[in-house]
Amino acid sequence: MHEPNYDSFKRYSRQILFQPIGKNGQEKLKEKHVLIIGAGALGSGCAEILARSGVGTLTIADRDYVEESNLQRQQLYTEEDASTSLPKAYAAEQRLKQINQSIEISGLVTDVTPEVLERFSDVDLIIDATDNFDTRLSINDFCQKQNIPWIYGACLGSYGISYNFIPGKTPCMSCLLEQIPLTGATCDSEGIIAPAVQMVTSIQTAEALKILTENWDSLRTTLLSFDLWNNERSEIDVSVLKTDSCLSCGANPDFPYLKYQHQTKAAVLCGRNTVQIRPGSPHQADLSHWESVFQGLGYNTRRNSYLLSVSLEKPYRLVCFLDGRVFIHGTNDIQKAKSIYYRFFGS
Amino acid sequence: MNLVINGQQKSVSEHIRTIEELMNELKLNPQLVIVEQNGQVIDKQSYSVAPVNEGDQLELVKFVGGG
Ligand SMILES: [Zn+2]
Repeated sequence: MHEPNYDSFKRYSRQILFQPIGKNGQEKLKEKHVLIIGAGALGSGCAEILARSGVGTLTIADRDYVEESNLQRQQLYTEEDASTSLPKAYAAEQRLKQINQSIEISGLVTDVTPEVLERFSDVDLIIDATDNFDTRLSINDFCQKQNIPWIYGACLGSYGISYNFIPGKTPCMSCLLEQIPLTGATCDSEGIIAPAVQMVTSIQTAEALKILTENWDSLRTTLLSFDLWNNERSEIDVSVLKTDSCLSCGANPDFPYLKYQHQTKAAVLCGRNTVQIRPGSPHQADLSHWESVFQGLGYNTRRNSYLLSVSLEKPYRLVCFLDGRVFIHGTNDIQKAKSIYYRFFGS
Repeated sequence: MNLVINGQQKSVSEHIRTIEELMNELKLNPQLVIVEQNGQVIDKQSYSVAPVNEGDQLELVKFVGGG
């Protein structure tokens, strides 16, 4: 029987036949490292395509775990991942390794802070698959500082949007958005359909393949949006919005969104009725210790190797992660969430 | 007033004078929208004064956060 060599060019033969990539492009892909930030809908889709394409090193980072409501559109996950509440980055890593064992794949269960970004100053490309503008603006500053291209993607309902941010060439995200949009304004109460996700991931990964194979002339230069339900599509050349006084990409950059404050940080998770609390100094949490503490207080708990879930007074539930983060489920109110957090975790 | 918005013919209220009023009618948050009017990108600071006229071709691209 023929024993397939999964590291051979044969598996990529159709992509190599595609003339703008070719064997040369395929070899380039193998040398490249892509960081995918977010392993939700967009992150799953982008990671699968890039893993199948043969990008040599993929890192995928995410702070959340798999839930039943993800399965409709987050293509890497299974019912079993949801029932065991596996962290998405870990579940994604496992699945991607089944898809392509000849590349380096690592999943990072973490909130992507400026400190975490600093570990990736040598990547060739960052794919934005996050769900919030706080993280996007730190990606934006980091990429300007380190001269790394990044591809914005987002979707809501049947709508999607994408843009290629190329330091030194295009305006940056701070140029396009004058201030951080209020979190509430972008939280999804509209739901989402999978085709909108797939359209954005197709756009993001097509542009990624151009960047990684150094087909710079083929790169799309417009801000692109579409609505698959209302049959609309729009493209704007936004190059005139590049601002010389921009604090992220202008003549005297200050990278305001990389300034890390050493204090407990709370963030509402869009559309999840959940607040994430991140301790001021990251530390490894002893989940079995906390499990016994909460059981001693009379609460029901569930634990796997990566997280501990505790059912509090209805409607609240909290989830502790190994890296010290805690999700308070059942509220969008940061003050309420903090008061619950401090009840158990001190101040 | 008839406009072409993102390639589609749209009819909007006759009272609309400015880009900002148009966004209000379309329930768009001006802070999150980039506007191109007849091929020109409009400066965000001028949304409240930039006039909208019959037959204008507008591209409205809205930033969303979900992923
Ligand atoms: Zn800028």
